[in-house]
Amino acid sequence: MKNRFVFRKSILLIFLFSFSFFLFGLSISPAQEMGVPVAAPISAPQPPDPPMNVVAKDAPNDNGHAIVVKWSLSADDGKGKNNVLSYEIWRSDNPDTGFVLRGLVPAGTSQYLDRGAREKEEENYFPPHKNFYYQIKAKSDISFSESEVSAPAYAYGQWIHTGKLSILFATAVFTFFVLLFINWAKKGKKLYVRPIAGIDAVDEAIGRATEMGRPILYILGLGSAGELGTIASLTILNRVAKKTAEYQTPLLVPVSDPVVLTVAQEAVKAGYYEAGRPDTYKEDSVWYITSMQFAYVSAVNGLMLREKTATNIYMGVFYAESLLLAETGNVAGSIQISGTDQVAQIPFFVAATDYTLIGEELYAASAYLGKEPLLLGAIKAQDWGKILIMISLIIGAIAASFHLDFIVNLFRIKL
Amino acid sequence: MSGDIIGIWIGAILTLGIFSFLYKDNPFYKFSEALFVGISAGYWFVVTFWQYFVPKFWDNLSLSFHELVANGRIDYHWIYLVGGFFGVLMLLRLVPKIGWLSRWSLAFIVGTTAGLQFTRYLESNGIRQVVGTIKPLVVGGNLGTSIGNIIIVVGTFTGLIYFFFSKEHKGAFGGAARVGVWFLMINFGAMFGYTVMSRMSLLIGRMDYLFSDWLKLIK
Repeated sequence: MKNRFVFRKSILLIFLFSFSFFLFGLSISPAQEMGVPVAAPISAPQPPDPPMNVVAKDAPNDNGHAIVVKWSLSADDGKGKNNVLSYEIWRSDNPDTGFVLRGLVPAGTSQYLDRGAREKEEENYFPPHKNFYYQIKAKSDISFSESEVSAPAYAYGQWIHTGKLSILFATAVFTFFVLLFINWAKKGKKLYVRPIAGIDAVDEAIGRATEMGRPILYILGLGSAGELGTIASLTILNRVAKKTAEYQTPLLVPVSDPVVLTVAQEAVKAGYYEAGRPDTYKEDSVWYITSMQFAYVSAVNGLMLREKTATNIYMGVFYAESLLLAETGNVAGSIQISGTDQVAQIPFFVAATDYTLIGEELYAASAYLGKEPLLLGAIKAQDWGKILIMISLIIGAIAASFHLDFIVNLFRIKL
Repeated sequence: MSGDIIGIWIGAILTLGIFSFLYKDNPFYKFSEALFVGISAGYWFVVTFWQYFVPKFWDNLSLSFHELVANGRIDYHWIYLVGGFFGVLMLLRLVPKIGWLSRWSLAFIVGTTAGLQFTRYLESNGIRQVVGTIKPLVVGGNLGTSIGNIIIVVGTFTGLIYFFFSKEHKGAFGGAARVGVWFLMINFGAMFGYTVMSRMSLLIGRMDYLFSDWLKLIK
């Protein structure tokens, strides 16, 4: 009996021993079995500290389709193993749900301009006067953390762009000068405008064409009817048309814009009326060619050689065609007078034509020729504007030299 | 012969047609010119129709009409009727008796565009110019920058004097204006050279078309 008990006890011990050995064996890795050192167990990734103090406000000085979001950087921004790599800007019209990603900015950035489209039909439409909530996510390479949801903010438009008050001030000053000088001119006060060589040459060139019995070619350029250079050119065209009507010299005006065509026809017709020769006005002396730049040039170049124009006048807005036209006119032996407000094209006209109105001289020429109070008043106002600019330059340069930033900042424009 | 090859041949022949003007006006040039002008005028008509008339006028008014019929609501797209009205006035030039009405459209176009551009010019050509020119005349320890700043300020100042029309260019004022002209001419010279280089690249592009795409002489 005792032997049987000892036997059973031994069997139980063997079983327990074997079972514990089996369990122990499971917990030993092959590396441990081979005696290789083992690293400590990997802990769960820690998220970076969240951004704080998220504030959303309407973006200033805009048309009401943007909100500025600002936040305090995460404590892990720029340091630590949970280094922040970027911030995601999420937005919803509900503080609890429905957040959508609006933007992504790199670490170190603490504000974002959430701007959307103005039109409802556009995909990224940003509705004004609607509350939005913002949340910022700080992202590291393996994890992220979320800020608190901001207080609601809505976008709305501003009537006045405070960053452009200097432009408003300049406009008011300029308008004052224009009205003042127009008033003086209307009252008969003599307003002096110095002679402009290129304009004085126009009469001479018309006379030459008359003597030679050849036509005058007037090119208005490629500008639209609303561009200042084209408007100035149309005034000069009126004057040229008047002179050609007086001398009975043919005038050719090929244009590249349908609206300019209409205005040019009116300007030429008015010139013929002023000269007392409306019967000699031919409507097809002003005609449309095409709006495509180089096709227009090819047609005008051909015209110069075929019609053997005595005088070519280029006044208005010109682009790459300026040299092509002026060189062909040169080859044709025409006397050429040019003027444009396109700074990049002036060198070509200076090089290839006989007289050139440089930039603002084009505007001044129209006033010089017209002698109308409106135009003279504008030229005088511009001159006074230039005086103010020159004074500003001197004051500004002195202030900048002596680091008087409060004066320099008066001229700054914020966008 | 594939369509591409035909296109290259037509392009090359017309290119030579335009280049032939360098010799003198000739029938080959006249043909190329007429083709170019005709095609471009037609092309612009189609572009204007599909890029302006259809999306701006037709589509917007269709939307408004649909909105009116479906929901009884008048939306803001009806404003495009104003543009359409002025467009019709322009077309009235075809009727001599009432053609004068087109002047309303012209006045609207010229007036609004000039007005809109006024502040833009004042900002870009006036105030920004002043801001860009306000520089310290003496920068301590940097002679090059100091000289550069002085040139910018003096150049702008004398350039403004040249464009001053209320006083004749005589005496010291005339001298300053001449300095301004010198600055302008140096600037124009630099721009001339720069633009000529870009035109050369256009010529090279055309030559490449002729000798590579067409004649296959360059690979």
